[in-house]
Amino acid sequence: MRALPRWVLIPGLLGALFVLLPLVAMAARVEWTEFGRLITSESSLAALRLSLQTSLTSAAVCVVLGVPLALLLARSSFPGLSILRSLVLIPLVLPPVVGGIALLYTFGRQGLVGRHLEVLGVQIAFSTTAVVLAQTFVALPFLVISLEGALRTAGTRYEAAAASLGARPTRVLTHVTLPLVLPALVSGTVLCFARALGEFGATITFAGSLQGSTRTLPLEIYLQRESDPQAAVALSFLLMIVAILIIALARRRVPA
Amino acid sequence: MRAPRHRARPGHLVRPAAAALLGLLVTVGASGCGTGDVDAAESSTLVVYAAASLQEPFEELGEQFEAAHEDVEVEFDFAGSSTLVEQIQQGAPADVFASADEPNMDTLVDADLQAADPVPFATNTLMIAVPTGNPADVTDLASLTHDGVNLVVCAKAVPCGAATGRVEESAGVEFAPVSEEQSVTDVLNKVTTGEADAGLVYVTDVKKAGDEVEGIDFPESDSAVNTYPITAISDSAQQELGQEFVDLVTSESGQRVLDGYGFGRP
Repeated sequence: MRALPRWVLIPGLLGALFVLLPLVAMAARVEWTEFGRLITSESSLAALRLSLQTSLTSAAVCVVLGVPLALLLARSSFPGLSILRSLVLIPLVLPPVVGGIALLYTFGRQGLVGRHLEVLGVQIAFSTTAVVLAQTFVALPFLVISLEGALRTAGTRYEAAAASLGARPTRVLTHVTLPLVLPALVSGTVLCFARALGEFGATITFAGSLQGSTRTLPLEIYLQRESDPQAAVALSFLLMIVAILIIALARRRVPA
Repeated sequence: MRAPRHRARPGHLVRPAAAALLGLLVTVGASGCGTGDVDAAESSTLVVYAAASLQEPFEELGEQFEAAHEDVEVEFDFAGSSTLVEQIQQGAPADVFASADEPNMDTLVDADLQAADPVPFATNTLMIAVPTGNPADVTDLASLTHDGVNLVVCAKAVPCGAATGRVEESAGVEFAPVSEEQSVTDVLNKVTTGEADAGLVYVTDVKKAGDEVEGIDFPESDSAVNTYPITAISDSAQQELGQEFVDLVTSESGQRVLDGYGFGRP
């Protein structure tokens, strides 16, 4: 650490300021006397509850689908692997609205998969399930990318040793591989949760917006801007606090 | 040997970051210059902030205005009226503001940003839009409340949602929409993609969507006529030019352009 050149200090601090200043500016705009009333209104609480509920579900889905996917990408080899690796990261670079449009043409009522579900009487459009799908779509790459990196860094020596001692593949996975990458798994899951919590574009494009079933906190903020900017600022501040708590939690769980 | 190597390594780490930061600074600097350019050219650029629903007729009117004023270029910003008012209040360089409803224009007037009293120049009413073929057999407002009809409307907070509320009231029905969208464009989108069986949008939106939707008129739409007001902005350096654009919009030829896109006359 001592070898850092001194000139790094100024742009570094500028960078920190660049991130922190808007947060301070927003906090300064909150009408504190009204804060309690604004964030406990029925629509705000419904949005907060829905956001937490859908983001937790999305994070869980990310783990269920993302861990096996990361394992495949890091440990197996098959033709097209490198292409697949690039493709699963696409939601990271796509504007979320584009993700929403893509989901609409997949799971919408006339969509590739959706029209068959419609025949079975399952409708995803305008449901909380649609919100979870949108959030999972944008959040999944975060888990995959952090876990795959950790798996590569960890290497396969311990796995090979365990296998040579007679452990079956599932036992190697649960007793050697996963414990080795646990910190990355935890931080990846927290990142997924955080990304799902902030999801806006794909949700509003694909799931719609209705209090209690699809209007998450970011959508509520966007809507409140139209009629009650003060409420929007208060809710933004609330979302920021939740975000800070998540980051704090992730940092504590995963020592650098 | 060891000392120089130690010093070299952090340098390697820092260089890409420094390059990125430099890039950022250059970008910020460049956009700063950009603003300067706009200031310099402002004498010949008229900036019109207009409600999103006005895009097609206003672009046509903008061309007419440019044809009549050789050295003037008309630039538009089309967005939700409330967004535009907020931006003008924060000092956005608008010369003219055309709102999709009166409350948003009132906000502008309350902030004393109008160069002259706002003038109503168009009206718009709601219409039921259904996907082509009308899969849910929607016939009137009452049929929108039937089970299994996926109805999408605007949220109460935006002008088209407020109009929807007035229609509900006067028709004595209560909708149970599957979604309350942020803008009328979002509602129309849900209908054209077939996600929704019906949506309440403006007459002009149905016209704009062409073959993708069918419009169904209903008598109660008279209870929620949206009036569009327009005004030049007082902070503008070229109020006169702004007023000329307002005059064009309210003139007979301007009104005819608006007629063509389905707007009513005030």
